[in-house]
Amino acid sequence: MASTEEIRSDLAVIVNEIAGIPVEDVQLDKSFTDDLDVDSLSMVEVVVAAEEKFDVKIPDDEVKNLKTVGDAVAFIERGLNG
Amino acid sequence: MSKTRVVITGLGATTPLGGDVASSWEGLLAGRSGARRLTDDWVQNLAVQIAAPVAVEPTEIIERVKARRLDRNAQLAVVAAREAWADAGLEDSGLDKERLGVAVATGIGGLHTTLSNYDALLKNPRRVSPLAIPMLMPNSSAAYVGLEFGAKSGVHTPVSACASGNEAIALGLDQIRLGRADVVLAGGTEGTIMPLPLAAFSQMMALSKRNDDPERASRPWDTDRDGFLLGEGAGVLVLESYEHAVARGAKIYAEIAGAGISADGHDIAQPDPTGSGARRAMERAMVEGDLTPADIMHINAHATSTPQGDVAESLAIRLALGKDADHAVATAPKSMIGHLLGAAGAVESIATVLALHHRVVPPTINLDKLDDQIDLDIATEQRKLPDGDLAALNNSFGFGGHNAAIAFKTI
Repeated sequence: MASTEEIRSDLAVIVNEIAGIPVEDVQLDKSFTDDLDVDSLSMVEVVVAAEEKFDVKIPDDEVKNLKTVGDAVAFIERGLNG
Repeated sequence: MSKTRVVITGLGATTPLGGDVASSWEGLLAGRSGARRLTDDWVQNLAVQIAAPVAVEPTEIIERVKARRLDRNAQLAVVAAREAWADAGLEDSGLDKERLGVAVATGIGGLHTTLSNYDALLKNPRRVSPLAIPMLMPNSSAAYVGLEFGAKSGVHTPVSACASGNEAIALGLDQIRLGRADVVLAGGTEGTIMPLPLAAFSQMMALSKRNDDPERASRPWDTDRDGFLLGEGAGVLVLESYEHAVARGAKIYAEIAGAGISADGHDIAQPDPTGSGARRAMERAMVEGDLTPADIMHINAHATSTPQGDVAESLAIRLALGKDADHAVATAPKSMIGHLLGAAGAVESIATVLALHHRVVPPTINLDKLDDQIDLDIATEQRKLPDGDLAALNNSFGFGGHNAAIAFKTI
């Protein structure tokens, strides 16, 4: 089973690929919009890429709740364990 | 009321001959072909397997994260626009961005994005990119060029197939003459060397099928021509009011004297065989530029290497210039770079401007035996232009019966 750190690290690679944010900046306490400057269209791309990478479903109405990297990692963890 | 004088103060291009204006111009002067046989897997079933791709991939120049938000069309346009902007010295010029306009044309638009997202759609609608619309819309390239430099006058995208690039330059000229802008980044872009356009143009019998000899495929005015060679690239010219250019001490390549636009009213794809529509475009460009046929010393012809089009244009040039066509040295850059569709007029306007600026006309290659229906003075090697005041025409015609001619003159 993937650890929190493994999920964060894989997610950081996705965010880097899509938005160009350095992987080391993609930390659990960082806000996608306020800290990492990931705009709403890029966020849609991040979500779709994460769904494919982790094989989880992230419903559209859930995306607005994923404010920080930690929120996204926790959601993915629940999906993987649920 | 006298017309506002408009000059060219910057040039930018990426073409099959080079990733910038200098290398492209050097390639044209050297008579080098940018054609090659394609080796992609997708080409194997196609009747036409040759094209003229850009010499430098735009993704080598544009930052990765930005590049993935741009269709290939827009990537090429941004590369050309950045060069033109820098060449014109506009970076720290204090230009009022509300007086900066953009007119970047395309013939087809963001086809890579359209097709790749259609493939994604068939697999899973959620895999369609949220950026697909802003990437595939035809105005995307103009919009991204506008965003790149903060242009806040109008940002425009004329679409008239292979006349588009010249229409953009005509539109840019108008914007400055109407007092709506001081500077306009005008040009065209096209990056559609892909299976669908190759197959579709081939089905129209528009493309050369000389697969075994790509560098000899594009042969305007030659008796053995059998269609055009698909190229890709972009060209952007900085158009600027003369007053504005002089006030900031800009270097000036040439003056854009006038533009002429007409429609054949004849057929969706075939040129009017009498050449009357193309003639009117050239005549209008000369009238608007206060030029007479005696002033025209050079013609950058549309000359795509199709059997009908090359003859119709030759007739049109003779109708427009009469006996003065004898001293208008004609050349066909498409013999080297192929047909850049919506970028053709822009890249070839740059060649026309440089021909006036350096007073030398690049050669037409592959002209082994002149079609006896062609009555032009063609440069088959570099030809010097005389001293003194010179003018030149650049022709572009497009499916739909669009004709656009631009008249340039020395300054």
